Amino acid sequence: MAYVIEIEEKPKISVRNLNFYYGTKHALKNISFNVPEKRITALIGPSGCGKTTLLRCFNRIHDLYPGNRYEGKILLDGENILEKDYDLIRLRSRVGMVFQKPTAFPMSIFDNVAYGLKLKGIKNKSELEDRVEKALKDAALWDEVKDRLKDPASGLSGGQQQRLCIARAIAVEPEVLLFDEPTSALDPISTGKIEELVVSFRDRLTIIIVTHNMQQAARVSDYTAFMYLGELIEFNKTEELFIKPKEKLTEDYITGRFG
Amino acid sequence: MKKSYLADWTFGKIALASTLLVIVILAMLFFVLYRESSPSIHTFGIWNFITSTVWNPPMEKFGGAPAIFGTIVSTVIAILIAVPVAIGIAIFLTEISPHFLRTPVGVAVELLAAIPSIIYGMWGLFYFAPFMRDKVQPIIHATFGKIPVVGEWFAGYTPGIGLLTASVVLSIMILPFTAAIARDSFNMVPNILKESAYALGATKWDVMKDVVIPYAKLGVIGGIILSLGRALGETMAVTFVMGNQPVIPHSLLEPATSITVTLANEFTEADTDLYLSSLFYLALILFVMSFLVIAIGKFVFLKKVER
Repeated sequence: MAYVIEIEEKPKISVRNLNFYYGTKHALKNISFNVPEKRITALIGPSGCGKTTLLRCFNRIHDLYPGNRYEGKILLDGENILEKDYDLIRLRSRVGMVFQKPTAFPMSIFDNVAYGLKLKGIKNKSELEDRVEKALKDAALWDEVKDRLKDPASGLSGGQQQRLCIARAIAVEPEVLLFDEPTSALDPISTGKIEELVVSFRDRLTIIIVTHNMQQAARVSDYTAFMYLGELIEFNKTEELFIKPKEKLTEDYITGRFG
Repeated sequence: MKKSYLADWTFGKIALASTLLVIVILAMLFFVLYRESSPSIHTFGIWNFITSTVWNPPMEKFGGAPAIFGTIVSTVIAILIAVPVAIGIAIFLTEISPHFLRTPVGVAVELLAAIPSIIYGMWGLFYFAPFMRDKVQPIIHATFGKIPVVGEWFAGYTPGIGLLTASVVLSIMILPFTAAIARDSFNMVPNILKESAYALGATKWDVMKDVVIPYAKLGVIGGIILSLGRALGETMAVTFVMGNQPVIPHSLLEPATSITVTLANEFTEADTDLYLSSLFYLALILFVMSFLVIAIGKFVFLKKVER
């Protein structure tokens, strides 16, 4: 029933018959699609459709809470990351995440960005400095913070903190970066900056972005997946999905008839 | 319209009166303590009373130093023992324990805080003091007692009743309260903040040490200071096991006294006005100490947490 196209690019992540349960609640229902490598894939749908739940499967952050259960497979470069004994620390250094709200740690700007690097065991001071600088430049934050790297990150504005979180996530050079409604707590100007950043990473990283904002999905993504009540309804190239939706539900949603 | 305005006005005044009542009681307590202790304050002065180690009722010589010393030392040792354990309990309950254990263990910790302190005192006297004498004292002699200089603090043979025993009983008493406050502070750390550390590949220990503890630090310190306030004023648990000797002991194993212990033991024996007045003086000092400690805890540390 769902309309899911085959992608032309090499798949980075393959979702195979994925089901997910919060205790007894069946939150994701039999989802299968391929996420293209070094492209931007948007997940859209009304609240409660399961788009954030799906995103949180890709780095298995659900494992922090009891009673969560996966069925099916998620293949990252062909390896099933849902295996029981899969190394989650390694998975999370390959698959980074940026959250709905800025989540600066209670430490300095520099230490925030260096945090993931230190977890990976990088201790060399000059290497840390180089990589922090590079990450901050990539996140378009360097010029604003280069003179106060030792200051607490809590002194930055919301938009700056969110770019700091992006710098922190890309500093460890992940292969996949997950964005969970990264602009929902930001003003339009900060939102624009974050969107520019997401697009600037397009050829370097595989990006999956959850957004409640259809214009944002249309602006930044190459592919879009529309979800409804835990099911994948349509997965297509973004232009196709917004201009010529194949499913009635998709059409109703993007034309604003519900949601 | 008019009627509801009247009700509003009445309610507001009743609430205001209740609040003022608390302040009036506080002021009256202070006033009574001050008035009753003023003969002693005039006789011995402030600095002299605090530093004098002589507490000799038949000679009408009263110095507060032994009681103040015992109060401060027993409180500090109790805090030193209780805080690491309490933080350990809080870490276990918030981050490590399987979820199905969190509520029952958390409730058990809170129930421990509800046990009347006299029960701790009885347990301390009849079970814990002999245990300290027979089992712990030899170990302390063999370890700490061997350290040069500091060793003197751990010397001597006693029936198990003394400063250290009282401190340990006190630490057990304040442990659940401290643990509950530390746990609540840790629980205030937003999940999304912990998730973002896990999402970078952090382990539980990394998240605890780099995110949860720094974030909750001020709340935990505030909680420790409130526990300090409780320990300062605790009476029944220490009265049984402190020994009631009005001296500054050479060793932590020896009997000593504290302000609360002196008050609990000696009010009935205070046969002269100056004796009674000196007990009130000690009570006034304890009042001021507790007041300062709790004020610092509340206004310096917990204030910052709210922000």
